[in-house]
Amino acid sequence: MCGIVGLFLKNETLESELGRLFSPMLIAMTDRGPDSAGIAVYGDEVETDSVKMTLQSKDDSFDWNHLADQLKAHFTANVAFSTNANYAVFKIKAKEAVVRHYIQSHFSMLVIRSAGQSIEILKEVGTPTEFVQRYNISEFKGTHIIGHTRMATESAVTTSGSHPFSTGMDLCLVHNGSFSNHNRLRQKLKREGIEIQTENDSEVAAGYLNWKMREGSTLSEALNGVLKDLDGFYTLAIGTRNGFAVLRDPIACKPAILAETDNYVAMASEYRSLADLPGIDDAKLWEPEPGEVYIWEN
Amino acid sequence: MESYPQLTLFDLNQETLRDLNLQLHNLTDEDAKNSWKITNPKGKHAIACGLKVPVSVEIDGHAGYYCAGMNQLAEVTINGNVGVGVAENMMTGLVRVKGNASQSAGATGRGGLLVIEGDASARCGISMKGIDIVVHGSIGHMSAFMGQAGRLVVNGDAGEALGDSLYEAHIYVRGKVRSLGADCIEKPMRDGHINDLETLIEASRLDAKASDFRRYGSARKLYNFNIDNASQY
Repeated sequence: MCGIVGLFLKNETLESELGRLFSPMLIAMTDRGPDSAGIAVYGDEVETDSVKMTLQSKDDSFDWNHLADQLKAHFTANVAFSTNANYAVFKIKAKEAVVRHYIQSHFSMLVIRSAGQSIEILKEVGTPTEFVQRYNISEFKGTHIIGHTRMATESAVTTSGSHPFSTGMDLCLVHNGSFSNHNRLRQKLKREGIEIQTENDSEVAAGYLNWKMREGSTLSEALNGVLKDLDGFYTLAIGTRNGFAVLRDPIACKPAILAETDNYVAMASEYRSLADLPGIDDAKLWEPEPGEVYIWEN
Repeated sequence: MESYPQLTLFDLNQETLRDLNLQLHNLTDEDAKNSWKITNPKGKHAIACGLKVPVSVEIDGHAGYYCAGMNQLAEVTINGNVGVGVAENMMTGLVRVKGNASQSAGATGRGGLLVIEGDASARCGISMKGIDIVVHGSIGHMSAFMGQAGRLVVNGDAGEALGDSLYEAHIYVRGKVRSLGADCIEKPMRDGHINDLETLIEASRLDAKASDFRRYGSARKLYNFNIDNASQY
């Protein structure tokens, strides 16, 4: 069991309150996923000639200034960064692939959790409440955010095994359920050159989307491919630069509920997460149909 | 001195769900005809479960999973939507949902009446064993799966695989059926069925005519031993 939550703002004036509205939604899903929590938040975009990367170190003492100096010297480019406990968000005026290569070769103690122009992924082992407090999620601003609370079933309780999983530039995936054909698919994706770090089944789904879209599929086509190529139980939420998508398996083994008002579209595994959102009593509430791809984008 | 029915207000923002269910479980026959009004359910699970006396309970808002499960004798009304498994394993009594119901509404229910005034999603009445379920809207896929007894009435449409592996539950649908499940077939409406249906339509306060419904039931080929196969032993 796991919990999924998402909040997509339709009203720009609420962007400064994104974290405040979202934090109780994540905490409400603690019963469904008490062992790890994570979010992908979108906003504060960099220019198209730059890349934004979320980096994680093992502890809070990492010297991020040193990394910034090295990046500036190597790329002779503008580098800005902000820190949040053991995470830092770097904005670098350079191509994503070269920055990724440099960091992986020279700072292998760091993990790149996300890359893009907008996305920031933070995730950690611990309860959702601990997560929200440690990273001060209530203060986050942005256009949309998706989150996950994890109750691990098959793979280990580690930060790398928790969600969201990056699935390419500005893309991420959270999953509630389990896949039964992930082993064979993992082998195929690795042969296709898709990097997969863990034995986690959800990471294979993320890798699958990454691969399909690398080969030219749209998000909608890639998600329809999931219905065909992935076997198992799932509700998926996918964050994109401009919005988010939701997909449930064709027999609807895993729950999902959506709420829409003039101000937002909200998604959760259970209504409990939505109960304290402003205007929820007058929201349109519905369960997404099984096997149908839903996409909201600005 | 004659006692008057009492109304107890219970705000789930102020007191815990455990306290609520404990108080409801401690009711005795002397509390019959009393009523309870529960506010701020906020999708909490297992609200008003396991009631055993004929009290009336009204829940103001959306309830979570297993609301009014295992009900006996009580009348529970939900002024909102409900999560998975509303009135699951109900024995007797009445559960009325004013909004929509999620999956497995009335699952394994043995008796009583469950009314859903909105839609119900997948697996409505799964493994029903005597409960009557009336849905004013439509229902999702695999509804009445392995239904053994009781009646499922659907004023709207039914999703895929209706009545799959059905035993002796009766199914009445007014709208379209996307597909029938294994061993479920359409059957003729006889006078007895019309009478049954009229009673349920009235009890559930549905505005419909019994003659507009079609009846579905078991072909009895999956669960009955076929005597023609005896020679194979």
